[in-house]
Amino acid sequence: MKLRELAHARSGDKGDVSNISVIAYDAGGYERVRADLTPERVKRHLGGIVRGEVRRYELPGLLALNFVLNGALGGGVTRSLALDAHGKCLSGLLLELDLTPEETPR
Amino acid sequence: MTSSPSSRVVRIGAGAGFAGDRIEPAVELVREGRLDYLVFECLAERTIALAQRTRLGDPSAGYDPLLEARMRAVLPLCVEKNVRVVSNMGAANPVSAARRIAELADEMGLAGLKVAAVVGDDVLDVMAGSSRPLLEIGGDVASLGDALISANAYLGCEAIVEALAHGAQVIVTGRVADPSLFLAPLVHEFGWAPDDWQRLGRGTVVGHLLECAGQVTGGYFADPDVKMVPDLARLGFPLAEVSADGSAVITKVEGSGGRVDVATCTEQLLYELHDPARYLTPDVTADFSTVAFEQVGPDRVAVRGGGGGPRPAQLKVSLGRKEGFIGEGAISYAGSSAVARGRLALDIIAERFRLIGLSPQETRFELIGVDAVAPEHLASAFAPMEVRARVVARTLTREEAERVGREVEALYTNGPAGGGGATRLVTSVVGVVSTLIERELVQTAVIHEAAR
Repeated sequence: MKLRELAHARSGDKGDVSNISVIAYDAGGYERVRADLTPERVKRHLGGIVRGEVRRYELPGLLALNFVLNGALGGGVTRSLALDAHGKCLSGLLLELDLTPEETPR
Repeated sequence: MTSSPSSRVVRIGAGAGFAGDRIEPAVELVREGRLDYLVFECLAERTIALAQRTRLGDPSAGYDPLLEARMRAVLPLCVEKNVRVVSNMGAANPVSAARRIAELADEMGLAGLKVAAVVGDDVLDVMAGSSRPLLEIGGDVASLGDALISANAYLGCEAIVEALAHGAQVIVTGRVADPSLFLAPLVHEFGWAPDDWQRLGRGTVVGHLLECAGQVTGGYFADPDVKMVPDLARLGFPLAEVSADGSAVITKVEGSGGRVDVATCTEQLLYELHDPARYLTPDVTADFSTVAFEQVGPDRVAVRGGGGGPRPAQLKVSLGRKEGFIGEGAISYAGSSAVARGRLALDIIAERFRLIGLSPQETRFELIGVDAVAPEHLASAFAPMEVRARVVARTLTREEAERVGREVEALYTNGPAGGGGATRLVTSVVGVVSTLIERELVQTAVIHEAAR
């Protein structure tokens, strides 16, 4: 199941740090997303875009998670060479993440 | 406004969420929103550094280029309806901006309009040669040397409150923290104490929800088939009905486009947020983690909860620095072999850089439509019918930056089959880094101007 079936998202920028909020459509979706959408999976999904640490904050009252992605904006919006220097498109990319539980290594 | 203190509500509208924002929604808000205040947030991270450069060339310039257009559009109505205006459109030159607004008021027959400029954010003199550490890149401010072109401290609401107390109807500032532009009228109206952290925190929540204007009323939200927004071409900008305890209702003018619901408000609450329990502004360390939303009517959302703790000891300073140039070129390819020809184009340019001895500090070679925005491992799933090859590089000199686009353009006659629509661009880069400054080194003042 893709993340976009359970949640919507918005990305914002500050310097070289992007944040992506992930907001579940309902309480069941929130529990699923909270269980499966780890910072590690977010970082892996976005590939080489995120160079630094990914932190996750939980906002159960809003059925939301907030991911803070360090080193994700090409050194900062004002100097980035990226086509989308603000990382506005990152929310759309994150929603493509497949939430199917990962196989545990044997 | 009613006279009963407990039920008194202050109505604040957001007239712009960025420098280039639409103007009509602000007019609509003043005309139909029964506003007390209209706030225009127009100053992005590096705008002030660019404005500083403009001011160097012309001492009367350096404020927002759209200031005049926005003021012409709203001022007569604001005077008629007694709406006070707060904006950071002063950018690098709030005093000239205030003078220009007073002149415009003269022209439009708005006799006696009181305008105020908030100054003191410019701390370049204090910063030049300073050993204060740079937060993002290490090293100290002195190490920037001649590359440092601007230094602006983020001011809080204090000086704006002072200007309001002196009766200014229009207040223009330079660098002020975005939510503080909205917090100031609330502090002025409700007399919140400077250490009433809970209310200051709640007022900051309201300011944060409003500061990007249309982003809380359905802008930056629509995703067809999943969450649609009606009538985005006529998107209404938001207004908040704020109570003395800092709670509020977010809404918009009836009949305008867009939507206000718990989903749009939640997305905007978390926009550009890091730790939700610690949102730092010059006024307060706001706590967004306890905010709750409730739909209380069509396009009406109640905002409750939220709070705050003591304000940070120091102020953040944005430093603008020259960082060389960016040269860019792009060209399109179409057809089922578009990706292959686009890749060939990129390979050719990389080889050309080697042959001509161009060695930029940083480069990107990418195909728009494949991997310019998305990471490669996601991109492989698509086989687009058209791509745009893009080459972009950071260089020390303008000449090198110009070479980048020219090399891409030369693919017309020297590159793969069917390359079209080449464009090239050179920009001089002003990057922004930050440091901290002690509050007592930042001296703010309010300067008054009036229409005759």
